[in-house]
Parts: sequence; C-alpha cells; structure tokens
Amino acid sequence: MLVFAGLHFYTLYSLNTSFALALKDSVLSNLILGLLCWLISNNLSYYRPKGNKYIYVVIWCLILSALYVAIIRYVIISSFKVGFLDEKILNFSLPIRYAFCFLLIGCMTAISILFYNQQEKQELEQRKNEAEKLTKEAELSSLREKLQPHFLFNSLNSISALTLSKPTEARKMTQQLSDFLRGTLRQDDALTSLKSELAHLELYLEIEKVRFGNRLNTIIKTDEESLRKFIPPMLLQPVVENAIKFGLYDTLEAVNINIQTKFKQPNLEISISNPFDAQTAHPNKGTGFGLNSIKRRLALLFSRNDLLKTSITENQFITTILIPQTS
Amino acid sequence: MIKILIIDDEPLARNIIVQYLLAYADMEIVAECGNGFEGLKAINEHQPQLIFLDIQMPKITGFEMLELLDEMPAIIFTTAYDEFALKAFEANAIDYLLKPFDQERFNKAVDKFLANNQSQTDHQKIKIERVAQQTNTQNERIVVKSGNKIKIISIYDITHLASDDDYVNIYTSDGVFMKNQTLTFFEQNLNKKLFVRVHRSYMVKIDQITKLEPYEKEGYLIILKTGEKIPVSKTGYPKLKAVLGI
Repeated sequence: MLVFAGLHFYTLYSLNTSFALALKDSVLSNLILGLLCWLISNNLSYYRPKGNKYIYVVIWCLILSALYVAIIRYVIISSFKVGFLDEKILNFSLPIRYAFCFLLIGCMTAISILFYNQQEKQELEQRKNEAEKLTKEAELSSLREKLQPHFLFNSLNSISALTLSKPTEARKMTQQLSDFLRGTLRQDDALTSLKSELAHLELYLEIEKVRFGNRLNTIIKTDEESLRKFIPPMLLQPVVENAIKFGLYDTLEAVNINIQTKFKQPNLEISISNPFDAQTAHPNKGTGFGLNSIKRRLALLFSRNDLLKTSITENQFITTILIPQTS
Repeated sequence: MIKILIIDDEPLARNIIVQYLLAYADMEIVAECGNGFEGLKAINEHQPQLIFLDIQMPKITGFEMLELLDEMPAIIFTTAYDEFALKAFEANAIDYLLKPFDQERFNKAVDKFLANNQSQTDHQKIKIERVAQQTNTQNERIVVKSGNKIKIISIYDITHLASDDDYVNIYTSDGVFMKNQTLTFFEQNLNKKLFVRVHRSYMVKIDQITKLEPYEKEGYLIILKTGEKIPVSKTGYPKLKAVLGI
C-alpha cells in the first residue's frame, strides 16, 4: 500500500497538482483501497463460492470498485478545496482509478481464494487421515475381539456340570477359561511369537476337548524354526474355532483337526485342516464369518489380500495362512 | 414312569440334565443322544413323553429333527445362545432353558411339563413345526425324509418346486423329494432373489430358466435348463417379468 501511495503521489504531483492535495489524495484513497482489500479477503475466509458462482465474486469486485470511485469523487473532490485544474485532473483520473482498484481487488480476491482453498484442503486431508486411522483401529479391534458367545456359554455349562461330579476338573476348566479370556482381552496388534500364540490356542483346545469329549482330536505339528517366528495375536484361535465347528457340525463321527506350521522364506505358513462332508456342505458355506474376518484383519495388518486361502481335498477342508516375516 | 430323552452333542450338557433329573423320582431316562439322527431313532424306538433338545447339533439342528417327526412329543429346548430361535419358540415349546441353568430353573421347566402333561394337543405340534421351518430358512437348506433316510437339500441344488395335494415336490439335481408343506410357505421363506412363484402350483429357481415361450393364447411356458416345461399363470407373469427385468 505504501508503494502504491508513493506512486500515486508522484503521479498526481507530476501532473501539477498541489503538493497538499496529492499527499491527501494518495494517502486517503490508498487507505480506502487497503480497507476494501482487507474486507474482501476477510469475507472470503468465511465464505467461498462453490462451483460456477465465481461470477458473484467478480460482480462484488466491480461494485466495490465503483464504491471506491464514488468515495473519491464525492469525498475528495467535493469536500476538499481543490482548484479547477486539479478537479479536472481528478475527474480525468476516475476511470483509471476504477480500473486500477478493480484489478487490485481482483488480484487480492484470487489470492485469497487460492490461499483459503488450499488451507481448507489441507485440513480436510488431515481430518480424513485421522478418520481413516481411527476406523482402521476400530475395525482391527472389533475383528480381534470376536468371541463366540456359544463357546462361552457352553463352556460355563460344562463347568456347571463338572462342579458336582468332578470338582477338581471344574476348577481346572475355570482356570483355563479365565486364562483364555485374559488372552483375548489383549488390546494391541503387536506381533507375538508363534510359540506363545500356540500356548494360547492350547488353552482353547483343552476347553473344547472337555466340551466335546472324545469326538474332538487335535494334532499340532510344528518345528523349532517356525516357533520363533512372529504372528499377530489371537489370529489362529478363530480359524481353529471355524475348523472345529465346521468339522463337528458337519460330520457325526470323531473329528481330527490338523494344525501344521512351517517356515517358508519369507513367510510363516500355517495350515489347518478339518474333515467335512462333501455331500452336504455347500461350497458357499466354506468361508463363514470366522474366515472373512481373519482375511480382513490380515489385509489391514499387511496390506495384502492373498494371505488366507482355503482348499478342498476329498473330505478335508484346508485353511492356509501366510504370515510375512519382515525381519 | 415318564419316559425322557436327552439330545445334546456335548456329553457334559447331557450329564447336567441327568443330575438335575435325580430330583424327580418317577422319571426314566430312556436314552441320551449326541445328534439328531440318533435322536430320531431313539424317539421311534422309545416313544418318549418329554425331550430335552439342544438346537446346534451335528448335521441337522434340533429344529430340523422336529420337522421330521410325525408325532410331536413335549419339548424343552436347552440352548446356549440363539436370539432368533429364542424369540421364535418362546410361545411354543414347554419351556426353553438357557445354558448354564441351575436346578431351580430346571425344576420350573419340568413342573410346567408335569402340569401340561395331560393336556397335550395337536396345537403345540403345529406351532413347533412352523417355527422349525422359519428358523430353517436361514440355513439355506431343507431337510426331508426320503424312505428311511434323511436327506439334506441345499437350496442351490433345487431346480423347481411343484405342489401336489398336501405335499410339495422338490426337484433337485439329485432327484425329487417330497415335503409335507405348502407352496405358499416356500414362497414366503425361500430367498426371493433366487426363486419366483410363477403359478398356483409352481415355483422355479430363477437361474434355471433358459427360455420363455408363448403358450396357447396369452399364456407362457418356461423352459428350464433341465428341459422341463413350467406353465406361467396370469398372476405369475408380472412377477416373472419383474425378476427377469423384462
């Protein structure tokens, strides 16, 4: 504004206006200009036109410029004592002032719109990122904590039955159920060793074996190398639960669940198989909620969709999980 | 002596009922069964007056087992968690016991049975059957008796259904099966995205339709993939048009 005022003063003065008038005019009119710029920029910080409504902004600029010229014309020329020659110069300058003011306000508007839009975009981006992170965390935790109510209530029922006939076993089962539940309450996705994950799975299997008696057998094949590898906590139990349910509810005989772990660079490979009846089981039934949520969880954790696969051989349903080992 | 049958796939769950029944002197447990098939056999063999029945069991559910019975004994359901079923059978069975339950709650259920024992009517039978079939629809399968065998039909294997007096013939890739049920029931309960009723006596699986031919005046015939021809009635035609999007 100071630069503009200086130029303004110099122009007027060089056109032979009086020193006092040139000074007053330049200071006053540039003050008004500055005020208008501030006004429009401030307005734009609260409201920016959407879509093709930019024409209103242009109209506003035109109106403000007209207002500016009117002020100059009536305030300066009328109320200040100006000579005939000065008045002529001033009158002559009005269209130039109008154009100049319009350009300046126009520039200011454009800059403001760009600036505020950019700022808004940044804020939006930030909010979006935060929202995404929160959703992901919420989803992960809801996927983790899916405990089957059937399992819980039936286990309690078994304990209730044991209290009378075999109190020691009832106590043992209560202990196992508590330890298992404590494990499921873990709040994070920090990787755990396969060894501790299998220990947790063992608790679950012990309880299921008490529930189903000799109908349920499990065989776990593992090796030292894979036991040292890492896995997201509470990942295996739902898969095994799915296999047990599938196996036990789809056949009448005793059921063998095979769990095998191997390390195949760069993945830890875990396969779980259960028998099923090809006659009655429909392929659509193959991936129930249990497996879908595991798939989703692996996708969220490792950004890959190919980590859980299912296959069918004769009368076995096999679920294979790959856990990428980063280090 | 009142003859009692316990059907549950968990031994300890059967065990607790045996323990609680010790409180009653005049009751005899005729058998304990681990699944619906054993249950059916034991029911035919012993004709029990009261059955303690679990719902989630191998192969067929407790509901599906009931569907296959000609005569309905008194039922007390025992289940761990089954919101849907709970709502459905609340009014129909003698009682339902939510696991785990204590002796007191158990006695209440048995006493209810003892009070009702003399006044068993067909009324209960009809209601339980209907409930059984309602819950069944969520399983995408239909359980039928075929001779002495029990057949579980996946609804995806069905080509069409045709009513025949009190029965509905279910046509599948494995053959034709009879079910004591009305076609209107299937119309209400089968997935409407998969099946459409095109005639008073016929329902077809939509993806089995290959051709639609004019038939007599104003009438139409559906040609199925199997080559079977199904008539379309005047009221059936608009429904068919809607699902086929023509």
